[in-house]
Amino acid sequence: MTDLVNFREEVRNWLDQNCPPEMRKPITSDADVCWGGRKFVFQSTAQEQWLRNLSGKGWTAPTWPTAYGGGGLDRAQAKVLQEELQRINARLALYSFGISMIGPAILKYGSEELKRQHLPRIVRGEIRWAQGYSEPNAGSDLASLQASLVDHGSHYILNGSKIWTSYGDKGDWMFCLVRSDRDGPKHGGISLVLFDMTTPGVSTKVIRLISGKSPFAETFFDNVRVEKNQVVGELNGGWTVAKYLLTHEREMIGESGLGQSGTRPLSETALQAVGVEHGRLADPALRRDIARLEMDERALALSLERARDEARGGASLGASSAMFKYFGTELNKRRQELLMAVHGVNALDWSGPGSSDGALPKTWLRSRANSIEGGTSEIQLNIVAKHLLGLPG
Amino acid sequence: MAMVLSEEQKMLQESAREFLQKKTPVSHLRALRDEKSETGYSMDAWQEVSAMGWPAMVIPEAYGGLGFGYTGMGMVLLETGRSLTPGPLFSSGLVSASALLQLADDGQKTRYLPGIASGEDRYSLAWDETARYQPQTINTTATASGNGFLLNGSKLAVIDGMGASHFLVSAVVTGDVGPSLFVVAVDAPGVSRQPSAALDTHVLATVQLKDVAVATDARLGGAAMTTAQADRVLDVARIGQSAELLGVALEAFERTMNYLKERKQFGVAIGTFQALQHRAANLYTELEMCKSLVLGALHQLDEGVADLAETASLCKAKVSEVAMLATSEAIQMHGGIGMTDEFEIGFFYKRARILETLLGDRYFHLDRFALQRGY
Repeated sequence: MTDLVNFREEVRNWLDQNCPPEMRKPITSDADVCWGGRKFVFQSTAQEQWLRNLSGKGWTAPTWPTAYGGGGLDRAQAKVLQEELQRINARLALYSFGISMIGPAILKYGSEELKRQHLPRIVRGEIRWAQGYSEPNAGSDLASLQASLVDHGSHYILNGSKIWTSYGDKGDWMFCLVRSDRDGPKHGGISLVLFDMTTPGVSTKVIRLISGKSPFAETFFDNVRVEKNQVVGELNGGWTVAKYLLTHEREMIGESGLGQSGTRPLSETALQAVGVEHGRLADPALRRDIARLEMDERALALSLERARDEARGGASLGASSAMFKYFGTELNKRRQELLMAVHGVNALDWSGPGSSDGALPKTWLRSRANSIEGGTSEIQLNIVAKHLLGLPG
Repeated sequence: MAMVLSEEQKMLQESAREFLQKKTPVSHLRALRDEKSETGYSMDAWQEVSAMGWPAMVIPEAYGGLGFGYTGMGMVLLETGRSLTPGPLFSSGLVSASALLQLADDGQKTRYLPGIASGEDRYSLAWDETARYQPQTINTTATASGNGFLLNGSKLAVIDGMGASHFLVSAVVTGDVGPSLFVVAVDAPGVSRQPSAALDTHVLATVQLKDVAVATDARLGGAAMTTAQADRVLDVARIGQSAELLGVALEAFERTMNYLKERKQFGVAIGTFQALQHRAANLYTELEMCKSLVLGALHQLDEGVADLAETASLCKAKVSEVAMLATSEAIQMHGGIGMTDEFEIGFFYKRARILETLLGDRYFHLDRFALQRGY
């Protein structure tokens, strides 16, 4: 216990000196989000410095082993670090699919060579990763994927395509689910491979969404060379790795149900926009829905904390990630609906002065994808029913 | 505090479950109903519960207790929810004990707490006076008289009031703004009580106080409660009650999951149907959220957090909503048999309704949560 008290003191002092003041203010636009990678242009020296400082301690991946550039912290210490970061409203130094998705999979299933090659660069934010999972004909039925990996002696050759690649046009490397054995059983012929997206034959095309934004891309593979040492886990054993990775993706998406750190509570925004009557928010029906949302936010935060405390340090949440993904994304959709309601007709502004470039309606529209990407809400409920409740069929 | 139970708390919960499922399963409650029990609980069962030290759990050793804490008490209450066990553990061992710990002076604690800890005395909080919940409405008066006070008024929905040996009566002393709490023996002259068997056979009492003379030192702490103190008395109760209500909901849910795996229609277990699977999975998710709220709130009690208003109202509002959903879905998923008195699932629905209503229902607590959050 005293160790933790000392550790907190140490973290506090370190943050005091190493977290630039500009990085303790709420995020105001997408540009404030640091994704790292080869193509990323830092918005400020503070943003760059914050990433360099935090990753220097390995604290962008606090529980990863120090041998691979991580922070080497146990669960209790990582919690203290998280609390201290929240206390000063520190921005997330690095948004990274490397940290939230492929890193944990490499740590658990990857060869020593892969760990040494990829993990330190993920911690430092040098490589931005893209996820090659869904295909046009493999959505909810992911295991029916067809992108084909064929053995060419010294290397593999990949052909096919992926869809819904998040920020595919901005990615440096891809982790990609491929069919490596066409004759084996559906789930038994899948592998997870890694390759540099600048490899000849890789191309991307962005997809414009109902929000007007293009956070997703299609990715095409035309005789792409994949090195033999870049298979995570066993060849044809990729489904196990894929599912493990998905638990991390679902946990990450579920956590987004808490809202972006540093933003104002919905009730504060509502008070300003709607006003007060008889000591209560002036619209009683709206007030009730806001209260229910804020209660569920608290319940989700406590539940994530409990699940992580129950899991051993840094362990996967397993099937319960499906529950968090379901609850968190449905919560965020409710939040966006309420934000639209709170702002009335102003929420309809797509462009023009004072519209913040349509940030509000665009975020609202974007949120509809939350309960689709990473497995639909219905798929999550299937997983809960089968794996947590043991219901038949 | 990590969001997990300690090994000791886990062991306590397991032994409580084992004991209660054996000694006081739902058939025990049914038998009390059928014999029209006056108190609503079995004194034999209470003596066994007392022998295990449960009513002593939140009371420090200095006053004859075990000092085991609120999280442990909460887990035992959760188990009494699972088995629908009637008895004054909640009203005496949690609500009255914690009110005395908070408000009483040392002499009063020494006088009153050991009897609660041993289970020999059974205290019930006599506070409410209105059908729709308004805890701030207290028309019961305490008038100075001789070496003490005369209490006059009437109380309703006194939990386990028919089996109580003492009441903790809220009454306003002439000239005060807020109420004080008085210890009143049930056999004191001027006290009368009538049973009101609630819809699940738990017995609530209506209590009349007519010129009931109490000594000056029957007034806890010798002063009126501040608003914060009064809130805290009730908030501790609401958190414990949420734990019990969660137990009711969890048991109803788990029984329903077993039923979905056993019951066959169209040649297959009805649990294979996605229409039921998704509702079940949603319920599971909501119940997991409630477990976290209850554990978080109990930890706050053990940490001695001063202001519990937001936490308690959040807990009660959310757990109530989910428990009503879980127990009503339990009946629906059981189909016709769920509507029969012979089958036990309906008892959970009734118990949930009572716990949801007493000490403020989900609407009251949603409103209070929002007010606490400034809107």
